[in-house]
Amino acid sequence: MLEIKNLHARIAEDGTEIIRGLDLTVKAGEVAAIMGPNGSGKSTLSYILSGREDYEVTEGDILYNGESILELDASERAAKGIFLAFQYPVEIPGVATMQFLKVAMNEQRKYRGEDELTTPEFMRRVKEAAAELKIAPEMLRRPVNVGFSGGEKKRAEILQMALLEPKLCILDETDSGLDIDALKVVADGVNALRSPDRAVVVITHYQRLLDYIIPDTVHVLYKGQVIKSGDKALAHELEANGYADIIEAAA
Amino acid sequence: MNMQQAIKMTAAETALVDAYTAQIGDLPGDGAVLSLRDTLVHELKTAGLPTRRVESWHYTDLRTLLRAVPSADPSAFADRVDPIVPGSSVLSVRNGQADLKSLPEGVTARSYTESLLDGSAVAGLAVLGSDDAIGRINGGLVGGGLEIALAEGAEFEAPLEIQIAQSHGQAHTRFPVSFGAGSKATVIERHLSTNGDASFVSSVTDLTLAEGADVIWIILQQQGPADTHLGQIRFDLGKDAKLHLVVINAGGKLVRQELHGKASGEGADLTLRGINLLGGDSHTDVTFTLSHDVPHTTSTEIIRNVVFDRAKGVFQGKILVAKDAQKTDAKMSCNTLLLSDEGDFSAKPELEIFADDVQCGHGATVIDIDHTQLFYLLSRGIPENKARAMLVNAFVAEIVEELEADEALVEALEGVISAWLAKHA
Repeated sequence: MLEIKNLHARIAEDGTEIIRGLDLTVKAGEVAAIMGPNGSGKSTLSYILSGREDYEVTEGDILYNGESILELDASERAAKGIFLAFQYPVEIPGVATMQFLKVAMNEQRKYRGEDELTTPEFMRRVKEAAAELKIAPEMLRRPVNVGFSGGEKKRAEILQMALLEPKLCILDETDSGLDIDALKVVADGVNALRSPDRAVVVITHYQRLLDYIIPDTVHVLYKGQVIKSGDKALAHELEANGYADIIEAAA
Repeated sequence: MNMQQAIKMTAAETALVDAYTAQIGDLPGDGAVLSLRDTLVHELKTAGLPTRRVESWHYTDLRTLLRAVPSADPSAFADRVDPIVPGSSVLSVRNGQADLKSLPEGVTARSYTESLLDGSAVAGLAVLGSDDAIGRINGGLVGGGLEIALAEGAEFEAPLEIQIAQSHGQAHTRFPVSFGAGSKATVIERHLSTNGDASFVSSVTDLTLAEGADVIWIILQQQGPADTHLGQIRFDLGKDAKLHLVVINAGGKLVRQELHGKASGEGADLTLRGINLLGGDSHTDVTFTLSHDVPHTTSTEIIRNVVFDRAKGVFQGKILVAKDAQKTDAKMSCNTLLLSDEGDFSAKPELEIFADDVQCGHGATVIDIDHTQLFYLLSRGIPENKARAMLVNAFVAEIVEELEADEALVEALEGVISAWLAKHA
């Protein structure tokens, strides 16, 4: 489903190279965890996959379902089924959450040539998904992410993911700032979306989240490259021994 | 020799003086009114329209900007349109002529033409100062309008809409409105054009709020893309009176909205909110002065501007705090979302404080669309043009949402904003 080939990318503004020859393949149905120390390029990778314009790809390619997505803007990638759950969800005062959800769902449907949702159908879907994630209706009456606690923001991200039904879900440090109960709710939400035709990329600093979202593959990112890949045992090894050994072995 | 007589009149100045000459005998007024009109037009002839050398017109050089004035056409009638908020009582002035058919209980009104004819209008026709070009043009040429009084304690569920529709030509209207003690109302003063032909409109509103009156007054300016709109609101706030004044500019080619007020009773409170939606080659100026004359009065002013294309905008805000007006609390801010390199906005906030125990502040910012917010919307599949429109809308919608007590009103005003943005963004 996702094939990243020899990717090189830099910050557009100052030319700093962050991703330096990254290769990664994620198949449909797979949950891939990307781990790595701070500054290894994990968040940058998530932004590049979702099409943030602050980064420039200088070499290599990103194939999604066999097609390069480098020329697509962020909204087109989203409409084709790529979803990023943000590490720091963005507050947008003045934009109502319900309006935001409805516009996003319908714009994606329009892009794919599907009919727009009727309001009752939209309401039904939001109500159901919100109940699953223990999101109170009052939260949905606020502007997007405004006045949400850290945990509420993360749950709101998973709500959006559930409603938009993406094919490639990228979770950027979704566990940061969550207590254990919130972590379970979020993990349940992600696990509910696991399916043979959907891939999930979990970017995380700690092994903790991977106790709840069990990965099929684990990849260690360091200085903009995947330096080691393995199965879930690799995550436990990292938890026990830290990154130093692996970094040394790769050097 | 008087130097002022040496001024060569511009085409616009000539057109205004000619409009007066052409209507002598038709413009209503008793002897006193007619002689005041003569004086005002004579001043216009000798002083000319204000230029940038007149301080209060520094950013809006009317003499240069006003290239042409269409001639008055008394036969041009604009059709009445539905009120912006469904269920409102509508009082209309079409091409200067008043229509009083749907007057709710508790409101008395008569055509301003009658006040001109019986001379009771004469005191209100005086200009505010030598730089009061709007008062001068309007005083010379005013043909109609409405004199409105709300009874003491009168309260209204539905808004009252004063509809001033213009098709072309000229319209010069006046609205002296008095709110009785304890009255409570929402009034929408709506200026609109019914087609794309050029109009020249001047309008002066004079609001008097008696003790404890609680008023929301909304000026909704939706003139056509070729129109000149010169508006002036004067207001006087009595003891414990509350005025929530909202100015929305969503049209016009050359627009100046002046707001001049006094907090003259203790406990008086002004909330001024402005939304300027600017596009094309338009020039829009909002000029505000407020004097806090007595102790314990409060005001907040927030102006939000959105600038597209080659539009130019101006906000001048001056708050005066008199020597005896201790404990005044006033806060003014002007925020601009500049969406074009060719657009321009000038903000000039001023405080003149003669009292020593007050809290006053002002600030002005110019910003661009927040890129993190934009990326967030894009990452959810919302196309860029739509995402931008949502963010621009959010920037001004906050101002409208403060009127949340009246959902229908908020919805109507949000509709005006999103319709405008859909055309310009």
